[in-house]
Amino acid sequence: MDNTRRKFLKIAGAAALAGIGAPALVKLNSTAAFASSEPAAGHGSAAGGHGEVVAATGVRLGMVVDMRKFAETPEMLDAAIAACYKVHNIPHFPDRKNEIKWIWKAPYANVFPEQEVLHKSEMAKSKPFAVLCNHCDNPSCVKACPTKATFVQPENGIVAMDFHRCIGCRFCMAACPYGARSFNWQDPRPFITSYNPDFPTRMRGVVEKCNFCGERLALGLEPACVEACQGSGAMVFGDLNDPDSEIRKVLDKEFTIQRNPAAGTRPSVYYIV
Amino acid sequence: MYNKGTIIPGLVIFIVFVTFPLWYNGLNAGTVPKPDLPIGQKECVAPAAEMRDNHMKLLNEWRDAVLREDDRVMVKVGGKEYRKGLQMACMQCHNDKEKFCDSCHTYAAVQPTCWDCHLTPKEAASKKETH
Ligand code: SF4
Ligand code: SF4
Ligand code: SF4
Repeated sequence: MDNTRRKFLKIAGAAALAGIGAPALVKLNSTAAFASSEPAAGHGSAAGGHGEVVAATGVRLGMVVDMRKFAETPEMLDAAIAACYKVHNIPHFPDRKNEIKWIWKAPYANVFPEQEVLHKSEMAKSKPFAVLCNHCDNPSCVKACPTKATFVQPENGIVAMDFHRCIGCRFCMAACPYGARSFNWQDPRPFITSYNPDFPTRMRGVVEKCNFCGERLALGLEPACVEACQGSGAMVFGDLNDPDSEIRKVLDKEFTIQRNPAAGTRPSVYYIV
Repeated sequence: MYNKGTIIPGLVIFIVFVTFPLWYNGLNAGTVPKPDLPIGQKECVAPAAEMRDNHMKLLNEWRDAVLREDDRVMVKVGGKEYRKGLQMACMQCHNDKEKFCDSCHTYAAVQPTCWDCHLTPKEAASKKETH
């Protein structure tokens, strides 16, 4: 009797240990995948990080924000924000704690807290930075969402939302390391200044964020914020996997940084500072 | 049967109670709603009978196609192309939600949640862009 129980406990213990140990082993063996940059590295099986298989080919949309241009013409950033608000029926709540943000301004210290240094450039010290959802390659918001209301579009890598399905649990907001998501604490409609009849509004209890203008891309248009920058190059949008795309040319030429690379989400938005 | 005296009157009362709405309305289902049809547009994405039965399913299919399957291929009706969507297709012809959608939904006592987010033509027009 005793003997068999002993055996059982031993086997159970060993199995439990193996269970706990296994994921750790996998993690240690896979290459660190912090830099989302190269399609080969970013999407390759080795860099999948958490066992996800992402196609090495295909369209992967991304953006470069050239802060030098925005520092030169700050009105352009206001125009970009206004354009996004207008096409997406985004409300303006008077109280900042209810604020709905798709693209917004934030100081360098909040955008790149891990790169905070004592002697910053003039731009980093004084200019507002453009911030939006990073449409991460390895989005933590998608993993957190229990309803699949937030998901990656396999066709282009956009981290999209299906507002119909969102139950407002806000797990995604807790999971996003960039604060790129906002919750509608109250009915947004009274706070929308003008309606775009081609886009819905949201209702109370739903989360929203930048959608990389999926509905405009389908019509062959650029994202509204990019369009508002009028080809100035302040915002460059395109396919990160296409070596001949405009965005890749910019990325090849300029040194760029990304928000919180240590979070491992592999953002698709790059900054030139 | 035990307690016949209580059970049978009880059953009768129960049946009368349950069917009360029918008696109360004089066994009449009320006037059948007549939704206002668009003027000058005879075709729809599907025949009227099918739309009557399945428009909600079609809307769900469109929703999934557009949002999840990256299928934003336009639908063609009467020689004109429309983007799939309640606001962008349906309401372009059925431009009066109150006289079209509501007429049946009120009659059938269904309360679809579409308009919590989607803009009715009237609502959309209430805050037009000012240039
Ligand atoms: S920035 Fe946040 S919301 Fe956007 S994809 Fe990454 S984790 Fe998700
Ligand atoms: S709030 Fe909505 S999108 Fe976010 S995790 Fe919950 S269901 Fe998903
Ligand atoms: S890409 Fe579109 S949704 Fe995202 S911030 Fe720009 S305008 Fe807004």
